[in-house]
Parts: sequence; structure tokens; C-alpha cells
Amino acid sequence: MIEILWNIILLLISLGLIGAFVRLIRGPYLPDRVVALDLISVIAMGFIIVYAVRFNQVNFLDVAIILALITFLGTVAFAYYLERRV
Amino acid sequence: MQEIVIMLLMLLGAILIFLAGVGILRMPDVFLRMSATAKAGTLGVGLILTAAALHFNEFGIYARVIAIIFFILLTAPIAAHIIGRAAYFDGVPLWEDTVQDDLKKHYRISDHALYSGELPSEEFLVPQKEADDFSEEPE
Repeated sequence: MIEILWNIILLLISLGLIGAFVRLIRGPYLPDRVVALDLISVIAMGFIIVYAVRFNQVNFLDVAIILALITFLGTVAFAYYLERRV
Repeated sequence: MQEIVIMLLMLLGAILIFLAGVGILRMPDVFLRMSATAKAGTLGVGLILTAAALHFNEFGIYARVIAIIFFILLTAPIAAHIIGRAAYFDGVPLWEDTVQDDLKKHYRISDHALYSGELPSEEFLVPQKEADDFSEEPE
């Protein structure tokens, strides 16, 4: 029972990841792609945490912290150069 | 009992993340897509982090999880606001059924300037921006 539930959780997160990836490819504008990248890294963070709980790996939580920091900086940098673009 | 609560929180978080993925696919323009992902994604990851804290049940983990949730709740709205601002300034068209665009008559896209009075209509009506196409090699 609990195994099936874990699979459902990972499946739902994977489907969200696929949706974000399709938007990253299809665009159509550059801000769409930036939003999709942002969402992809948030979903990756959720995936890492689920994995950490599933296999009892405490250290993966630190990865989530670093990912959260880098995501924010990347988004701000993208937005900065988007505004500068002619 | 604790196991049930953990699985419930994880399932709820996963469903919210899935909804964020659906939202970014189905919503009609950048701003609506952002409103779907910023809220659903943040809340989904927050619930999953809460479940992780309950699962490990240690002081260090609680501190780390609270730090991550605080940081996400602090930065996700800022990031969404900055991208939305950049998208509007870049001239990305709004959805055709948008009912309100307060900046429309006050923002001149040719020099990115804001005016408090209303601009004459020929200055804020810009030609529709073409979609970015990266399929061809730049010259």
C-alpha cells in the first residue's frame, strides 16, 4: 500500500516536471522559458526532498537549500538581462 | 499515525506540484502562467518539506526545513514580480480576454518610460511582438 503511494507521489511530481519542460521548449516568448526554468528547479527541489525521505538520506536536504539559493539568483539575473534587452 | 500524516502531506504537495505543471502548460499568457506556478509550486514544496521534517524528527532537520521554507516564501513572490515586470517591459502581449491593464495608457514601450498623464493613443499602441524563435541559427 505504502509503496503504491510513493509511486503515485513520484509520478505526480514527474508529470509536473514534464509539463514545465514542454513549456520550456515551446516558449513562445523568452519570459515563458524563464518561468519554466524557475518551476523546473522548484520541482527538482521537491523531487530531491521526496527522495531524501523515501531512502532516509538526511544529507539531500542541504542540496535543496543550495538549489533554492541558486534558483533565486538565476531568476533575478535572467530578469535583469531581459529588461536590458533592446 | 505519524506515517499517515507524512504521506498525506507528501501527497498533497505532489498534487500541488502537478497542478503547477498543468497550470504552466494550459494558462494562456506569461502572467497567468506565473500566477499558477508561483503559488502552487511554493505551497507544494513547502508541504513536502514539512512532511520531511516530521519524518526525520530531529532538531537540526527542523531548523533547516524552517530556513528553507522561510527562504522560499521570501523569494518566490520577489522572483515572480521581477519576471513579470521584465516581461511587461519587454512587450510580451497579454491574453486577448484581459479585462484590465492599468499601465497601458501610461507606458511608452519605445523608450520604456512611464507617464502619469495619459499618452496619445498612437504612442502606446505598439505593433504586436513576434514570438522568440531560436530554431534558426543567428547570422
